[in-house]
Amino acid sequence: MTTIEVGGVAVERDPEGFLVHPEQWTPEIAEELAHESGIPELTPRHMQVVEFMRERYLTTGTAPSIRTLGKESGVPIKELYQLFPKGPAKLAAKIGGIPKPRGCI
Amino acid sequence: MTDLIDETIDLEHRLAREPVEKVSIVISKGSLEGIYPGLIMANGARMEGIDADLFFTFFALDALRKDRVDKIKVATVGNPGMHMPTLIGAVPGMSWLATRMMGRQLEKLDIPPIHEFLELIHDSGGHIYGCHATVEMFGLKEEDFIPEVDGILTVGEFYERSAGAQIIFT
Repeated sequence: MTTIEVGGVAVERDPEGFLVHPEQWTPEIAEELAHESGIPELTPRHMQVVEFMRERYLTTGTAPSIRTLGKESGVPIKELYQLFPKGPAKLAAKIGGIPKPRGCI
Repeated sequence: MTDLIDETIDLEHRLAREPVEKVSIVISKGSLEGIYPGLIMANGARMEGIDADLFFTFFALDALRKDRVDKIKVATVGNPGMHMPTLIGAVPGMSWLATRMMGRQLEKLDIPPIHEFLELIHDSGGHIYGCHATVEMFGLKEEDFIPEVDGILTVGEFYERSAGAQIIFT
C-alpha cells in the first residue's frame, strides 16, 4: 500500500497506484496521477473521459468497457488512444480515482 | 562469488519481468469460436498500451471479407466443447441457433460483433492483415475486403513486422 500526498493530505493507493477510496479523489489528485502516468497536461478532453468513467463507476459499481467508452463518452476510440496512449480505460480509471477495470473488453 | 550469483539472479528476475511490448496474433480458424479469442487478445493488448498486429490466414480470412464477416458461425459439429451429439449438431439451423445464443451472451458482456470488433481494434491503433497465400488460394481481390484491413502480407513480411513481438497462434 502506498500513498500520494496532495495539499498536505495523504491518500491511500493500491500496489498499482489506484486510489483505494474513490471518495478521496479531487481534481488536484487527478493532475498528480496524470503526470505520474506520462500525461503532461490534463486537457478538457482528458477530463471528459475521466469524469465519464468516474460517474459510471459511482452510479453502476463497475467501470465501462472500452467499447462503451468509445460510444458514450463523446470521445471516439481513435482520440481515446491519442489522449491515453498507454490504455484509455485503465489510465482514465486511475486518474479518476476509481479501481482498475476488471473486464477483458 | 556469492555477490556474483546474487547479481545474476537479480538480472534473471528483472529480465523475466520484462513487460510485453508487442504481440502478433495469428488467427487461423474461420468459426466464431476460432476468431473471437484472437480479437479479445488483440484488443486487450491495446487496452494495456501493448502494440498489436492481427494476421488472418486460411478460413479465418472470412472475418475480413465483406460478404462473410457478418455470417460467421459457431461450429456445432466436430466441437466437443458444445456437449452436443454430432447428429443433433448437424440438424439444419443448429449452427445458426448456437451462433444467435452466443451472440446474445457476448453482447451482454459488451463484446461487439466481429466487424465492429475489428473496427474497434483498428481505431485503437491495432493493425489487421490478411495472408497472401490464402488470398491467392481463394482468388480474392482488394475490393473483397472490409476497409479496416491494413494490407495483405506474405509470411516473410509477417515475420519482418513481428520483430520484437510475441507471436501467438490461435
